[in-house]
Amino acid sequence: MARFGMVIDTTKCVACMDCVVACKTENEVPEGLCRDWIVQEVKGALPKLQMEIRSERCNHCDNPPCVDCCPTGASHVESLGKTVQVTGDLCIGCKACLASCPYDARYIHPEGYADKCTFCMHRVVEGLEPACVAVCPTHCMYFGDLDDPNSQVSRLIRSRKGHTLLPEAGTKPRIHFLT
Amino acid sequence: MPVLSRRRFLKISSGAAGLTAAGGFAGPNWSELLAAPLPGDEIRTVPTFCDICFWKCGAIAYTKNGKLWKVEGNPEDPLSRGRLCPRGTGGVGAHFDPQRLTAPLLRREKRGQEEWAEVTWDEALGFIAEKMQAIKNTHGPEAMALFSHGIGGTFFKQAFKAYGSPNIAAPSYAQCRGPRDVGFNLTFGEGVSTPERTDIRNAQCLTLIGSHLGENMHNTQVQEFAEAIEKGASIIVVDPRFSIAASKAKYYLPIKPGTDVALLLAWMNVLVSEKLYDQPYVEEHGFGFEAFQAEITPYTPEWAYPKTGITPQMIRDTAREMARYKPASLVHPGRHVTWYGDDAQRSRAVALLNALLGSWGRRGGFWSPVSMDVPDYPHPPYPDSERGKVDNPGHRYPFADGALTTGIRKATLTGEPYPIKGWFVYATNLLQALPNREETIRAIQNLDLMVVVDVIPSEIAGWADVVLPESIYLERHDDLNVEWFRDPFIALRQPVVESPADQKPNWWMARELARKLGLGAYLPWNDIKEYLDHRLEAAGHSLAYLEQHGIIRGEKQPIFYDEGLEPEFYTPSGKIEFFSLQLQEAGFDPVPKFNPPAEPPAGHFRLLYGRAPMHSFSRTQTNPLLSEMMDENEVWLNSDVARRLGLESGQYVRLKNQDGVVSNPIRVKATQRIRGDCVYMVHGFGHTSRGLGKAYLRGASDAQLITRYETDPLMGGSGMNVNFVSLELEA
Amino acid sequence: MHELTSTRANHLIDPSLHVWEWQIPVYLFLGGLVAGMMVISGYFLLTGRHKRTRCACFMLPSLSLILLSLGMFALFLDLEHKLYFWRLYTTFEILSPMSWGSWILLLVYPAILANLLLRLPAPLEVAFPRLQRVSDRLVEYPMFVKWVGGVNMVLGSLLGVYTGILISTLAARPLWNSALLGPIFLLSGMSAAAAFVHMIAREVEERELLAKADNGFLMAELIFIALFVGGLATSTQVHQQAAGLLLGGPYTAVFWVFVVGLGIVFPLVIQLLAVNHKIQHTPVAPILVMLGGLLLRFVIVSAGQVSHWIGN
Repeated sequence: MARFGMVIDTTKCVACMDCVVACKTENEVPEGLCRDWIVQEVKGALPKLQMEIRSERCNHCDNPPCVDCCPTGASHVESLGKTVQVTGDLCIGCKACLASCPYDARYIHPEGYADKCTFCMHRVVEGLEPACVAVCPTHCMYFGDLDDPNSQVSRLIRSRKGHTLLPEAGTKPRIHFLT
Repeated sequence: MPVLSRRRFLKISSGAAGLTAAGGFAGPNWSELLAAPLPGDEIRTVPTFCDICFWKCGAIAYTKNGKLWKVEGNPEDPLSRGRLCPRGTGGVGAHFDPQRLTAPLLRREKRGQEEWAEVTWDEALGFIAEKMQAIKNTHGPEAMALFSHGIGGTFFKQAFKAYGSPNIAAPSYAQCRGPRDVGFNLTFGEGVSTPERTDIRNAQCLTLIGSHLGENMHNTQVQEFAEAIEKGASIIVVDPRFSIAASKAKYYLPIKPGTDVALLLAWMNVLVSEKLYDQPYVEEHGFGFEAFQAEITPYTPEWAYPKTGITPQMIRDTAREMARYKPASLVHPGRHVTWYGDDAQRSRAVALLNALLGSWGRRGGFWSPVSMDVPDYPHPPYPDSERGKVDNPGHRYPFADGALTTGIRKATLTGEPYPIKGWFVYATNLLQALPNREETIRAIQNLDLMVVVDVIPSEIAGWADVVLPESIYLERHDDLNVEWFRDPFIALRQPVVESPADQKPNWWMARELARKLGLGAYLPWNDIKEYLDHRLEAAGHSLAYLEQHGIIRGEKQPIFYDEGLEPEFYTPSGKIEFFSLQLQEAGFDPVPKFNPPAEPPAGHFRLLYGRAPMHSFSRTQTNPLLSEMMDENEVWLNSDVARRLGLESGQYVRLKNQDGVVSNPIRVKATQRIRGDCVYMVHGFGHTSRGLGKAYLRGASDAQLITRYETDPLMGGSGMNVNFVSLELEA
Repeated sequence: MHELTSTRANHLIDPSLHVWEWQIPVYLFLGGLVAGMMVISGYFLLTGRHKRTRCACFMLPSLSLILLSLGMFALFLDLEHKLYFWRLYTTFEILSPMSWGSWILLLVYPAILANLLLRLPAPLEVAFPRLQRVSDRLVEYPMFVKWVGGVNMVLGSLLGVYTGILISTLAARPLWNSALLGPIFLLSGMSAAAAFVHMIAREVEERELLAKADNGFLMAELIFIALFVGGLATSTQVHQQAAGLLLGGPYTAVFWVFVVGLGIVFPLVIQLLAVNHKIQHTPVAPILVMLGGLLLRFVIVSAGQVSHWIGN
């Protein structure tokens, strides 16, 4: 059974925000809200500086606190790809899931339900990649099955240095940032 | 906005059942059970090419149920290779931009007051034709000047040439890449071209000196940059600011602003003195090498160190690194190079460095652009101009090979060598593009006619007599893009959706104007498709095919010497000119020399500016998608300096330049990523046009603070990094 | 030198989480108060005190119904997808404390009603004589009375503790990430209820009993708060930073001066003096206790949302 995840090569990312714009147009994300965003982290002092650029979004964690806390089952793990999704019609808008996410990946849609990155499942079922992955001009984003040892994402994780976000939070996130 | 995120999810579940049949689908889903299936959305795709910047990436636009949905890259397009940059992806925002001009406008009050009366197209074009005719009769057709930027200006240029004016200019020459092409022309006999003829993806060493690829989002360049990174290319970045590109560099040199020539000369010195340059290449193709060698002998790394702040060891290490990978060692020529007024010579230094590395005509260096052959639409011969162009009287700038916008402005101000009485401005916000706004405004006051064609009420439109609203690229046809690139192709722009109001395409405006001027014979086609069809047929291609695919690819041609391309240098000597006699004869340095920049006055910082990947100059700040990505600029200030001045990130300051001009409040970004002697901001903000909605007075304008500029003596370019600012906390 | 910038500016999330405004602390307080009332009135039933006629505790069930409904209305106001609130009751999510809570709230109503029925307040007694007859019949079954009392105590405790558990499971907000929050909320609710009852009590015995009980609850609360803050301060970096919000950070003054000082310590001192007959009982102390309880929730909910993992 597939377990979808992402690998993002921060050495190629140029923080252009194409992934943010593409997600907005593809998913008609309302004005003022975003499902993915760019973080720039700088360490050091001029001229010895290092910068890591990360395109962040919901990590579709293996141990998602947002699913546990949901009182209606709106927030759940889909069997397809084991992605974390929200069924809007079940959501009461209590915002516990917003509070439970250490990555602050969720928001409340103007219509009232909790919303976030869906890994563009509507595209994946058509054989396409998520919009952010498909648009990235530097080809620094990869999407695939982490349970398949021969998938590109699995091979990249094995062969390159990298990290996930807040591994100590115990969420077991599925987005790996290569450095 | 329709509630499609949920609906689409519900469709996923029903679709997922089929997909996961092999993997096992676990049970029913509430949403499936409760939601009724929705009728399918009608999706249409139309190929076109983007116009948010000037790269012209091939795109596929999608409509959903007749409404514009999204734009993606055209996989057949060699420029975008199926992926658009953030601006192209946000292109639908230009269609939905709430600040769009909706009808032709006629000035009611004084120029610049932004008081308009809406008129019909007939009235507007009639007014323009009348005035243009009057100018022609009184002052001659040369007294009308056309400022045009982008492929949409093609038909206006045709109309102007028919009218009899040779004065057609774009700011992209004297205020952007002009000096670069002159510098390379003087060395190799050809310019750098756009798209740049740089083989970044095969470069094993890439040197960026003042180029901020990644923030400068020219699609193909950034895509190739990422490819080079993946291949493990060695990257050297020279920049007073730790740019995105710098964060990927093996060597980062935080050079003192204005001293790049010293570094370039020192690098050349190391390559020559340590015999690291491509000797066979230089012997075969070079002219004047010994004289050149003699000239650069004093420019040692030790000489360069106090001038640039880069240690001799670093200069040697990076020179050796460049040489290690020659000829696949590319020193990028940059794009916007109008910095200090010696920019053509500095670009020549970059060209010379590439020549030493043997990269011109070689893989990992520079290829030779090729294009397909598509004949023009036939027209009667354009009238000759007796008086000639006005922008460069007496060839004061002897090596200028493009029209000087600032030259036309000067003639408008002074009336010399002859008066200019009318400006027609297409798609270029001259008030943000030209240095010293006040000169531009004074020049406009001397005009009998000022026409602006634009999509939003830009600052320059505010000064017009007539404003003509154009359809955006997703709503119109344009001339064919017959590109000069590594792979030849033709691209089509065609409408995807209708214009929401009374906007018209440029071809229609130009043709109607020409007809009103009695020049209809020069744009004799009745419909734009007639024009396109004729040109394509003459070249042996089909419009129908192009309408479906968007791109017609041509046959591969040799673009490198090792593919059979003949090394040819269109210089006086027929070779790569290490020593330029023509420069010497014209009274200029045959080999570039270093001119130290002025020091900032006490308490001031040099003002540097650049790009952001989600904006194009000053034309996208009202695009709702792109302005969400970045709705104001920031002033970058070294964090140690900020602490001394008592400033913190997030506070707002006003910048005051050496001439007392004060900017709009702008947010401070206190960071280690910039030297302490300069500040940096992204160009294009600080709008002062009231019709620009949320962009009005957001951020600050660097252009407003650029009151001083240094004119390049070789070709008339405007060096604009020569202003200094102090910071005042905004209460 | 460490610089961190993000392009995200989502409503309710950035610059720091603020999903829960006044509605939640108000509900938490009212819920806690009702929980305490249920425990106290349940205890009175269990120990046969319902036979006393002048006990102010008989007000408690009807007050609880009103206060709890107000609290749940506040909760309803907080929902962003209000028309779908009933979805809480089409499932039971065993891992979600909020699901537990929504069902507990549902069960609480019949428990309080049963309690109410056993001793109808005077107005209802007059208006619905048939109901009074039912009441009189039920009172004749002491086992039933004891059960109602016990159930009220149990459900009341669950009501008082589940909200603390709910937010303590939101590990993404380090300030809340302490198992002590549940007991603290319960004790705070108990002390607010006890304070309220001894304020309205008409009998001396009732007043004394509840004042002493309140003192016990207040002292326990102090201990638990100290353990809570100490626990955070001796845990990981993010927890230390969260504790810092209360120990020198922006919530320090309001927490120690108002919540702990005026809301617990000062009324405790007054009440200790009062039960030892050094001074007269005064409503000042219980009012401060209740206000302190309300403020405790405001501080915990607000400061908790400020505490975070990212951006160290």
